Amino acid sequence: MLEAAAQAVVDVRNLKVEFPGRHGTVTALSDISLSIRPGEILGVVGESGAGKSMTGLAIQGLLERPGRIAGGEVWLGQKRIDALDDREMERIRGREIGAIFQDPLTSLNPLFTVGAQLVETIRQHLPLGKAEARARAVQLLRDVGIPSPEERVNNYPHQFSGGMRQRVVIALALAASPKLIIADEPTTALDVSIQAQIISLLRRLCKEKQTAVMLVTHDMGVIAEAADRVAVLYAGRLIEIGPVEQVLHAPRHPYTKGLMASIPSLGARVEKLNQIDGSMPRLDAIPPGCAFNPRCAFAGPRCRRERPELVTIGDGANACWLNAGGTA
Amino acid sequence: MLAFIIKRLANALLVMLAVALLAFMIFRLAGDPVELMVGEQTSQEDRAALRERLGLNDGLATQYVRFVVNAAQGNFGVSYRNGQSVLPLIADRFPATLELVLVATLISLFVGLPLGVLTAIKRGKWYTEGLQFLSIVGVSLPSFVVGILLILVFAVVMGLLPAFGRGDVVQIGWWSTGLLTPSGRAALILPSIALSLYQITLVMRLVRAEMLEVLRSDYVKFARARGIPRWRIYFRHALRNCLMPVVTMTAMNVGSLIAFALITETVFQWPGMGMLFIQAVTFLDIPVMAAYLCIISFIFVMLNMLVDITYAVIDPRLRDAR
Repeated sequence: MLEAAAQAVVDVRNLKVEFPGRHGTVTALSDISLSIRPGEILGVVGESGAGKSMTGLAIQGLLERPGRIAGGEVWLGQKRIDALDDREMERIRGREIGAIFQDPLTSLNPLFTVGAQLVETIRQHLPLGKAEARARAVQLLRDVGIPSPEERVNNYPHQFSGGMRQRVVIALALAASPKLIIADEPTTALDVSIQAQIISLLRRLCKEKQTAVMLVTHDMGVIAEAADRVAVLYAGRLIEIGPVEQVLHAPRHPYTKGLMASIPSLGARVEKLNQIDGSMPRLDAIPPGCAFNPRCAFAGPRCRRERPELVTIGDGANACWLNAGGTA
Repeated sequence: MLAFIIKRLANALLVMLAVALLAFMIFRLAGDPVELMVGEQTSQEDRAALRERLGLNDGLATQYVRFVVNAAQGNFGVSYRNGQSVLPLIADRFPATLELVLVATLISLFVGLPLGVLTAIKRGKWYTEGLQFLSIVGVSLPSFVVGILLILVFAVVMGLLPAFGRGDVVQIGWWSTGLLTPSGRAALILPSIALSLYQITLVMRLVRAEMLEVLRSDYVKFARARGIPRWRIYFRHALRNCLMPVVTMTAMNVGSLIAFALITETVFQWPGMGMLFIQAVTFLDIPVMAAYLCIISFIFVMLNMLVDITYAVIDPRLRDAR
């Protein structure tokens, strides 16, 4: 574990995020631990509101106020970044952590050419002159597969299609060769045919440049195609993490099992789709013990009393009393 | 871009023709022009001669065309009141009003824009809440009250600035400007502040509302995620996206200010068009009123076109469309 942490690009340890409010403090993320190695894609999955995006935002220091990191540590290589002020984070965002947002139609400023936005990002972080930055911008557009980049660099965002715009967004994320890219639902707003292109582009760039990628998505198809490892979040907690084949095909946590069983397959046409009964608790009403216990078919008295810790089994880990060796 | 401008010009021309029709109608509706122009003792023959000379015996369409052709050449006839040609009468007053309005507009932009950005990004701080409150006061205070207060404080009590008039002016061709003399500049200060106060608050509140909207947008969040410094995001990425409504409002307000500066002009005895218009209404001086209507409309139409062109300059998406 120590060895793995030492070579990890990003290492999140027991991260806790709170939102103080009028009716008390809501814990949005609790005890999240994960790390990503160079060239590795970690898929982060879960239902809406499970805390997937929030984990990414917390790493980037972009939590919306009054949200704050209330505990734990975030390490970027040898540097601890969870307690840096905004000015210091500005030097890390874009330079060491690139970001890809969900909707390429709205993440580019409509009033500036894509070249201007690329050059702005490059010169913000790298000691390059105007001409050099521009050459790099053209090269980046070429890298992400935009045809005739010398001309396209002068175009405005509205002159690109949705898929092309997402390529521009990826080029922006790569502008200063960051070690980590946080991609928040990068394909959700795109056509299915374009999705596959964007995913394979992301995967190719990640492997070529040995960039670590945190791929936040609710789409299991995207995970199966792109991710090396998968982290499953539920109600702001990490409940299972492991290699993609294991989590997808031999999940250990009852929630992950339910999640995988509920994916309709193309081959078999069934009368009734599988689903997990009930819904995820609101963050201000998480039950004691395991957050999943009211919906879990295997829940015992202990699950309603004590919160299960993450237990490592093989090369994966999960948080369930059933797998902790004791009784539920 | 060129086709776009030509289209706009054609539009503007149609609007101006409609306005000219309205102005022309005033002549017909306000009674017999001959009766308004002549005295009690004028003979029947003289009246007929005048009627013939004014072309009032021709068909309506002919008269309208003649009115438009004359107006396009700047010929709006003679004032009923003092027999002077109308255009020089207005041209004489126009520079005073325009200088006042432009200075007031510049003040409102230079003060209103930064205040709007500040109140948006420092929302909730005591000083921005205070500014918000003051802006309500600014919106609700009528400009003549502000004018009188300003005169009281700065002219009467402190004796720093002149209370009325334009000061010394310099003639540049037919244009008379007060901007080139110290007394002319001093005389501009109080009326332009009185006129701009309302504008400042409008610009500030508009920019604040737009900024709050834009700061929530994805591209601002994405710019943050790219590591662009805060101030650059505020003033380069966000503010520019707020400018469209500000440009529209400012331009339309320049038009309204020119048309309705008469209250401020009256308070400060400013020799502008507003005072001329008030006199024209009092004496039923229809040629002056008609000319005023045409000129003000012309200014509005021009400003509108300028706004459309500015849009295309600010927002690239509008350059290809239309």
